[in-house]
Amino acid sequence: MYVAVKGGEKAIDAAHAWLAEERRGPVDVAELSVAQIKGQLKLAVNRVMAEGSLYDADLAALAIKQARGDMIEAIFLIRAYRTTLPRFGASAPVDTGAMDCDRRISATFKDAPGGQVLGPTFDYTHRLLDFKLAADGEVPDAPRQDVVAEDKPHIMSFLDDEGLIQPEPDGPDTPPDLTRAPLDLPATRALRLQSLARADEGFLLGLAYSTQRGYARNHAFVAELRIGICAVEMEIPELGFAIEIGEVELTECETVNQFQGSKTEPPQFTRGYGLVFGASERKAISMALVDRALRWEELGEDNLGAPAQDEEFVLSHADNVQATGFLEHIKLPHYVDFQSELELIRKLRREAMARGAQQEVEA
Amino acid sequence: MDGAFDPNADRKAWLSVLARADSAMVQALWDGTGLAPTHDILRAPEIGAVMVRGRAGAVGAPFNLGEMTFTRASVRLESGLVGHGFVQGRCKDHARIAALVDALMQTDQAAQIEAAVIAHLRKAATARAGARAARAAATKVDFFTVARGED
Repeated sequence: MYVAVKGGEKAIDAAHAWLAEERRGPVDVAELSVAQIKGQLKLAVNRVMAEGSLYDADLAALAIKQARGDMIEAIFLIRAYRTTLPRFGASAPVDTGAMDCDRRISATFKDAPGGQVLGPTFDYTHRLLDFKLAADGEVPDAPRQDVVAEDKPHIMSFLDDEGLIQPEPDGPDTPPDLTRAPLDLPATRALRLQSLARADEGFLLGLAYSTQRGYARNHAFVAELRIGICAVEMEIPELGFAIEIGEVELTECETVNQFQGSKTEPPQFTRGYGLVFGASERKAISMALVDRALRWEELGEDNLGAPAQDEEFVLSHADNVQATGFLEHIKLPHYVDFQSELELIRKLRREAMARGAQQEVEA
Repeated sequence: MDGAFDPNADRKAWLSVLARADSAMVQALWDGTGLAPTHDILRAPEIGAVMVRGRAGAVGAPFNLGEMTFTRASVRLESGLVGHGFVQGRCKDHARIAALVDALMQTDQAAQIEAAVIAHLRKAATARAGARAARAAATKVDFFTVARGED
């Protein structure tokens, strides 16, 4: 028998009113503004933009405020908003070689043309709590230096010149789009990269780390990591030519991996690639390592059965909004489902006990 | 295209400057001109998204990276000239003003608009990029080798 249950409206309203109060926190402390979140919690904003898959810092900051700092909830809010927007087109692929770099480092070539630029990094800090930050927000001006205009070509291009690096195959101008069609397996690399770019940072970090520890090991060097602003160009049909329609901050990581050669490929270096909205190098490096692990088949490598090589496993579980939606739904009322489970268990127990009693009589 | 004369180069440049500019600054500069040209709205400001693409390995096959917010608007001046605004973000006024500026930049008022709006936006963009570049330059590593005295 199915009995529809209603009720709880009053409780839900009261819960949401309390949520709003808790979000505000103690009223004798100044309220956090969206501009403060955008300006001072920039890396949180970046993560929400990357995994929300929508570049808009104001919206991401608002989502973080509304979600009380719960990043996955904020990402969920951005994904939901994103679906309300009409799509006006797609940009030309961004030219990351022309990036205005805040940071640009290479772990493989010390004397890279364009130099090694550290940017505003946590690296080389001592990871000691800075109690001055709790006292006041005064900071001295960062040093500035005259800018020498010089190109910062991709470091990979130097290996390319020597033919030591596996060339990147071209692909269709219109790549498949996860947001328009369900995930189709086996996926192309373009589809995998889209999925990884919006994937959960923690999930990718864990998978990437597993490849370093030996699950489908392919020793990666960071050939280049760059963070900076890229112009976004799009062809405008009304105009008949392309214009810059905006700019995005991106983190790009290119790894170079040793490769002994396989049945189909000569010994050479191979590539892994990470590209992420905002400043997020942990995610970009993780993405590059997982991208490389997933390329085993096209490079003729062995499938070692490692999780990071399993395209279906990686792509099906990388999206935190999907994952949390399914995970958290089990806390919602399942009264009827559970009622039937209860009936079943009682019946099985009755039968088992009856059998036991029967055996005792026979013994 | 390289080296060839691009008849759309000027328009492309001012539209790009308008698209990347700060909405509040665009609005303030436009208000400062005191201009209010009579115009029809061809396309009311409309907020949407554009899919931003990258390339695998920076040089290979294109892939969809994620979307960015984007607003567009189109106007027609009394003279019949059409202007388009295509701007980043969700500010409808920014898109509408960009469309008006685009239209006026095609008239004999171009020099006036260039001086009152576009030049300031371009200067602000250069200053913003320059300030970050100067800080980045200060973090450029100078390597030196420590002599070990082995020979």
